[in-house]
Amino acid sequence: MSEQVWPLYEVFIRTRGGLSHRHAGSVHAADDQMALDHARDTYTRRSEGVSLWVVRSDRIVASDPAETAAFFEPAEDKIYRHPTFYDIPDGVENL
Amino acid sequence: MYTQGLDKAGKNEVANADPETAEQLEAFQARIDAEEKIEAKDWMPEAYRRTLIRQISQHAHSEIIGMQPEGNWLTRAPSLKRKAILLAKVQDEAGHGLYLYSAAETLGVSRDQMVADLLSGKAKYSSIFNYPTLGWADIGAIGWLVDGAAIMNQIPLCRCSYGPYARAMVRVCKEESFHQRQGFEIMLTLCRGTAEQKAMAQDALKRFWWPSLMMFGPNDSNSTHSAQSMAWKIKRFSNDELRQKFVDITVRQADFLGLRVPDDKLAFNDATGHYEFSEIDWQEFFDVLAGNGPCNSQRMAKRRSAHEDGAWVREAARAYADKRAAQAAA
Ligand SMILES: [Fe+2]
Ligand SMILES: [Fe+2]
Repeated sequence: MSEQVWPLYEVFIRTRGGLSHRHAGSVHAADDQMALDHARDTYTRRSEGVSLWVVRSDRIVASDPAETAAFFEPAEDKIYRHPTFYDIPDGVENL
Repeated sequence: MYTQGLDKAGKNEVANADPETAEQLEAFQARIDAEEKIEAKDWMPEAYRRTLIRQISQHAHSEIIGMQPEGNWLTRAPSLKRKAILLAKVQDEAGHGLYLYSAAETLGVSRDQMVADLLSGKAKYSSIFNYPTLGWADIGAIGWLVDGAAIMNQIPLCRCSYGPYARAMVRVCKEESFHQRQGFEIMLTLCRGTAEQKAMAQDALKRFWWPSLMMFGPNDSNSTHSAQSMAWKIKRFSNDELRQKFVDITVRQADFLGLRVPDDKLAFNDATGHYEFSEIDWQEFFDVLAGNGPCNSQRMAKRRSAHEDGAWVREAARAYADKRAAQAAA
């Protein structure tokens, strides 16, 4: 049975216009069109979406959780990227 | 509950290749204690992974098998409205099974493996779905009591430490309250109908009351997995706590319907603020789990034949996809 397994797809839904797509879950399907149909039937039975993306799970490239600290470290010490780094005297407005 | 937590980990489950160090385990528990969510690719103790695979897959199997008792009445619903509602509810249960299978898959178990374990009888599903639906009122009782008990258990699971499971439960919980309400409404309609209709509702409550209380699993003193699941924040409340909450809420609803809960010892305790109720017939519970309930063999036979009868569809879809891919490549 196993060699006939349908591949896994990740499902992303745009809940309404103006919002970005968000991960909802996954479905198995034989091909792309079936993945869209299954995603619609599984994740949008109550009009939860106006747009669907499906993408083969094995095509996603992800950062390694074990390397999270090192991977994101370059941003850690750059506090001057945040507006709160700057002292603005009282009385200066609209800044 | 849907995952009554009774089957022990199988012998042939993968042993962890790398031994787990005390530091790893401590760091993991610290994340749990800080209410951080654990995600699929994060490091986790093998026992945590196995517990979740067992619980989530049992939960998924229960949703899938749970379609059968209600499906039994789809063609005999008393009106087109009731039929459409029941169809939508049963379809939701299929969806719940699918959300949960995909949550379990993030832990490294394949869909095929889970299905094979269900079909071989290795994996369990909730005892409640091994009771027959003898009349239309049973559909009311199931929505009201069975989905009601499920909600009681599933709401805390929305805060489960494992992210993919928690997120699947949020989705499930949004859909469950329609299930419970439609069931209560069926009961209410029957109770406001003729004497014969009210008697049907009473009979359904009589048969489904105790099996519904059994859904919460064994008493805390006999619950093997509870303490560890609580420490890992997979579980937030004990079986007995949830069962008590369910009784307290549901008895009042039965009063509203004018129905009698089938328990002579049921009494409100002013001091504790809770209802006291009789001991559950645990022998019946264990018998049903062991496969000897009224409908166990029927449910499994139906699930197996549905799987086998659908094999050609899965194969044909696969062959079509392969052909299209070959054409596109050419
Ligand atoms: Fe459900
Ligand atoms: Fe439900």
